[in-house]
Amino acid sequence: MAQLTMVKALNLAMAEAMRADPNVLVLGQDVGQDEGVFRVTEGLLREFGPNRCIDTPLAEAAIIGAGIGLSFTGFLPICELQFDGFSFQAFHQIENHARRFRNRTRGRYPCPLVIRMPYGGGIRAIEHHSEAPEATYAHLVGLKVVMPSGPRNARALLRAAIHDPDPVIFFEPKALYRAFREEVPDEPETLPIGKGVIARRGRDVTLISYGAMLRTALEAAEELEDEHGIDAEVLDLLSIAPFDAALVNESVRKTGRAVVVHEAPRHCGFGGEIVARIVEDSLVYLEAPVKRVTGYDTIIPYFQNELTYLPDTGRIVQGTLETVRF
Amino acid sequence: MPRETLSIPCRVESLAVLAADGQLDKNLEPQVPDADLRKLYKTMRASRRLDERCLMLQRQGRMGTYGPSKGQEAASLGVAYGLNKGDWFVPAFRETAALLWRGWPMHTWMLFWGGYEAGNEVPPGVNDLPTCVPIASQCQYGMGIAWGCKLRGRGQVAAVFCGDGATSEGDFHEALNFAGVYNLPLVMVVQNNHWAISIPRHCQTAAQTIAQKAVAYGFDGLQVDGNDILAVIAGTREAVEKARTGGGPTLIEAVTYRLSMHTTADDPKKYRKDEEVKEWEPRDPLPRFRGYLKQKGLLDEKVEQVIDEEISAELDQAVRNYEAHRFDPLAFFEHMYAEMTPDLRAQQAELKAYLNRKKIETTEAQRHREEGENNESHRRPTAAR
Ligand SMILES: Cc1ncc(C[n+]2csc(CCOP(=O)(O)OP(=O)(O)O)c2C)c(N)n1
Ligand SMILES: [Mg+2]
Repeated sequence: MAQLTMVKALNLAMAEAMRADPNVLVLGQDVGQDEGVFRVTEGLLREFGPNRCIDTPLAEAAIIGAGIGLSFTGFLPICELQFDGFSFQAFHQIENHARRFRNRTRGRYPCPLVIRMPYGGGIRAIEHHSEAPEATYAHLVGLKVVMPSGPRNARALLRAAIHDPDPVIFFEPKALYRAFREEVPDEPETLPIGKGVIARRGRDVTLISYGAMLRTALEAAEELEDEHGIDAEVLDLLSIAPFDAALVNESVRKTGRAVVVHEAPRHCGFGGEIVARIVEDSLVYLEAPVKRVTGYDTIIPYFQNELTYLPDTGRIVQGTLETVRF
Repeated sequence: MPRETLSIPCRVESLAVLAADGQLDKNLEPQVPDADLRKLYKTMRASRRLDERCLMLQRQGRMGTYGPSKGQEAASLGVAYGLNKGDWFVPAFRETAALLWRGWPMHTWMLFWGGYEAGNEVPPGVNDLPTCVPIASQCQYGMGIAWGCKLRGRGQVAAVFCGDGATSEGDFHEALNFAGVYNLPLVMVVQNNHWAISIPRHCQTAAQTIAQKAVAYGFDGLQVDGNDILAVIAGTREAVEKARTGGGPTLIEAVTYRLSMHTTADDPKKYRKDEEVKEWEPRDPLPRFRGYLKQKGLLDEKVEQVIDEEISAELDQAVRNYEAHRFDPLAFFEHMYAEMTPDLRAQQAELKAYLNRKKIETTEAQRHREEGENNESHRRPTAAR
């Protein structure tokens, strides 16, 4: 057992996979000598050499396109995009190819690649470094979309993603990279992609979140208990594609109330899908309308004002109170 | 069937005027009025010192991550000098010196890196675009601007900037291809500073030069010594003249060097040798230009001192303006669309109510705390007794 930050935990998952299977490669901008701009690929060049930890030229489409082609020749590429804001430079490779090849070749050419990228706001970065584009990718069926909320599940999910037979978009919440440490077991651990977990048990209302907002939702749950006597259950989705609708519905049927929390804009955000599934499957169990606490339908403001934009515990508490007191 | 080497009608040349050791090629020396030379020097110096000030502010926690352009001042400034005010200037993010020349206030530059939208405020009277962070993407809209210039027929040109790393992106190549196909008045400037974060230039492309990439798109490429402002001016003048008179695009590779870190979030010691930086330091554009001006009798210690004092005053004022900047925390809802949608209006009102409530709660909590402290300070002496 070691106390690791998320950066170290992700690094561990890659190093383990590379040791176990020579087909696992890491490629991206500045992943070698520089060890990644967030240092997630630390030590990989040293241990595995420049043929397996590959510094590429500055071209996202080529990184993903190469990853797709490499996967056809039997490799398991882990492609790093430097920021989620620059994943759009590779969008056609992901949309037109990575997610479709299995289907259009009737299983002959699946794309077992992992596309890692730092996700979300909260690190006082300049523009294009703080967006939350998960719904865009979740909408591209054929992709799996995963988002850890802490070091331990980051390691276990990345391990699962590397061994997954399908293309996985792996969002790494930047705000959590070094936010806290957690016990990460020495022996390799895997979490199933497509399954969420109950992060906190409760009876009165279900808070549903993922990524960095999970922590904020947990803090809000504490405040709800301490100051309002409300016992909130908090769900950590971990994957949004596939999406664990069963977990959500089970919890909501118990509590009768739900609040969805994410930092992405509300309009067509993933919260819309969550609410739809609750309404479709559990409407008669609901005691109140489902609430969404999200980013606003704007460009995320420059960093002096980004905390105004990102949901905080106050907004989650307020949204939950409205739901509970409906 | 014969097999022969094709003669491609595009040229790739290299141009240097003022060597690092001060040697001047009189035949190539561009004619620049004395007053302009002095003003150019002051701008270069101001850009260098603005960088230093921003780095200091960043270290003191008064600014966000900062990307300095130390060593690259001549490359962008020389191009800016070759343009008219009415030409279009499309920067990436290391064109600080050029922006000062174009009339961007220093504090606007600070505001951008300080995390305020006001850092994108384009000054009146110039056709400039704000900083562009997604690498190479500006090449595409810059090309579109050049196209518009051509269609409007007013003799304007567009100068577009990117880095050596950017030349690996599809956007760069697609833009150049269009520029060639439509014979656009585009001056595409690549600031080859030899590094793209940790990736050296030779890992970015197998080609010997970046300038030669123009040939594939059917026009000329010109490599200039980007640390030699005279070469940059001379090269730009040619390219601009050609563009203005219907001769089409030019790719200028300004060979320069990033003397500092990529940004303050970066540690260059991880990937590049100090010796390499040491090798480039003597080629610094600033002392080189200073030497030239001294030779011409346009600069002496006294003039330099006056220039530096002026810059100090400007910088101090810029920091004051920057730190006095206030913004409406609800303004980010504006300018999403020409007209605010009902949803946005509702969200803005929701946030306004929330912020007001939070403000009231914080002041109340503060009052409770203070009252608590007052009560305590009443009690404490009693308890001590
Ligand atoms: C599309 C995109 N990918 C990645 C980045 C992250 N990034 C910022 S600067 C940079 C290197 C740019 O190198 P170069 O074009 O040579 O410009 P320089 O920084 O040297 O001025 C990278 C990779 C980005 N901003 N945009
Ligand atoms: Mg560069």
